Amino acid sequence: MGLSNNIIRQSYVIPADDFSLAGEASSSVKKMLNQLGVPPQTVKKVAIAMYEAEINAVIHAGGGTADVEIGKGKVVVVISDEGPGIPDLELAMKEGYSTAPDSIREMGFGAGMGLPNIKRYADKLDIKTEVGKGTSVEITVFL
Amino acid sequence: MKDYFHSVTLDDSKCKGCTNCIKRCPTEAIRVRKGKARIIAERCIDCGECIRVCPYHAKKAITDPFENIYNFKFKVAIPAPTLYGQFKNARSINHLLNAFKLIGFDHVYEVAKAAEIVSNATKELMRKNNLQKPLISSACPAVVRLIQVRFPNLIDKILKLESPMELAAKIVKDELVKSKNIPIEDIGVFFITPCAAKVTSIKAPYETEKSFVDGAISIKDIYLKLFNALGEVKEGAEEDLVKAGFTGIRWANSGGESLALGTENFLAVDGIHNVISILEELENDKLEDVDFIETLACQGGCLGGPLTVENLYVAKTRIKKFIDAAKKNNIPDNSDDIFRYDLLWKGNVEYKPILKLDEDFEVAMRKLEELQAINEELPGLDCGACGAPNCRALAEDIVRGNANETDCIFKLREKVRNFTVQMMDIESTMFPVSDGKDKQNKDQND
Repeated sequence: MGLSNNIIRQSYVIPADDFSLAGEASSSVKKMLNQLGVPPQTVKKVAIAMYEAEINAVIHAGGGTADVEIGKGKVVVVISDEGPGIPDLELAMKEGYSTAPDSIREMGFGAGMGLPNIKRYADKLDIKTEVGKGTSVEITVFL
Repeated sequence: MKDYFHSVTLDDSKCKGCTNCIKRCPTEAIRVRKGKARIIAERCIDCGECIRVCPYHAKKAITDPFENIYNFKFKVAIPAPTLYGQFKNARSINHLLNAFKLIGFDHVYEVAKAAEIVSNATKELMRKNNLQKPLISSACPAVVRLIQVRFPNLIDKILKLESPMELAAKIVKDELVKSKNIPIEDIGVFFITPCAAKVTSIKAPYETEKSFVDGAISIKDIYLKLFNALGEVKEGAEEDLVKAGFTGIRWANSGGESLALGTENFLAVDGIHNVISILEELENDKLEDVDFIETLACQGGCLGGPLTVENLYVAKTRIKKFIDAAKKNNIPDNSDDIFRYDLLWKGNVEYKPILKLDEDFEVAMRKLEELQAINEELPGLDCGACGAPNCRALAEDIVRGNANETDCIFKLREKVRNFTVQMMDIESTMFPVSDGKDKQNKDQND
């Protein structure tokens, strides 16, 4: 972890296909924000938005990385992967639309609420995606 | 809240300074200092895990000695329904209630009865107001305190109704003042408790300014007296004292409170570490189909409380028999009773941010970075020898100024080894240049 220019930077690996570990990165970030004294409502926004993006990376993209920057009045989380990419972003943002495989739905995930939830909790959301190359989801929550 | 009162305390003479309690505490509130366990008051939620887990019985709950009842002219016992499962020789609940009168009490009122009234009020509240579901029961004070300290986002979801214990005390005092004209100061109401957290609720309540309960006697302390008294109650000579039906008695079990609500959409979880994982799910908005969550800090519910005598599972079986008997007897529940008492909390509970490293955000950031750096240098064995539950907690303690890196035995050994190597280096290069004596010897030996 690094602190420079009053910004804390931390990176996490999101492991592929390991559901029991999914959510560890967002949990760790939640704890950090609590240690920094960030108000609970704000912590909740970051935690949920990041958790959903993390789970997406596990379900659809075979894992990825999470880069978190805290400071200068905001928390910025970038979750990037080298997965299949999202062909129709507008469709993916619709509530209830899901491309999760059956095995995932059997576990109770894949309700199609991931991206819409991220949009609901993040103050700013920027998704860059390219089919066949990967996806990067940038979540900003203001402190 | 006033000065931290905690009913969980330590008997120094029995404490060996081992690592059992520090590792089990759900809020990492215990540290070993100078060979004794010390509880950090701001972090303790009185859940009683440490009492349960201490192999030397050094952890205790402060409860009132039985003799305190003699401070009052009119003595009332309000037993928790957990009590009903503790006695092998109790023929029925009525038998047990009668025994109270033989050991010094003038009157006994079942908390189970008050629990039924609270259940009715809960049903009303959930039906009437459009409160955002799921709602979390406030029956277990340790869980409410856990939420204050660790899950502040869930404070608004707590169902803020009076506890059956408080309601029981209110009702019985009212009844006695009206029907027997006894001045209220003369009435002493004592809760017979399986639980440390409830004692704290009486001495330092969060719902109202002062509790209606005058004292708490642990089931452990009253056990022998009641056991003997049970033998003395003649079978045909029992007074009819039972008022509570099976729904109230069932509150002692995990799930009992929820079943009383008659809703299918509930989730009952017991055991403080299980409660923590469920509350984490709830914090992430993951429990949407649930209307009511019953969270109990003790495994098995109150029957598994730290101040009970009987084994949890034996007690469960016994209470089941009483519940079945009560079902047959079909005692009516007077639901019009709820309208006489306002059961809503007067105040609220606030967030207690114990994790915060500093009031100033910038300073907190620097401390956090230091914490990570220190943590990386620690061995990561979580051995507990430094007195902290794990290496990360030690790193936090160091950054807060409450510990040193050399508290870690492994860091200390490393430092000693480095120091020794340095000393050996210096010794090997030491040339007897200015030591007069040595020069003489050297010349002689040449």
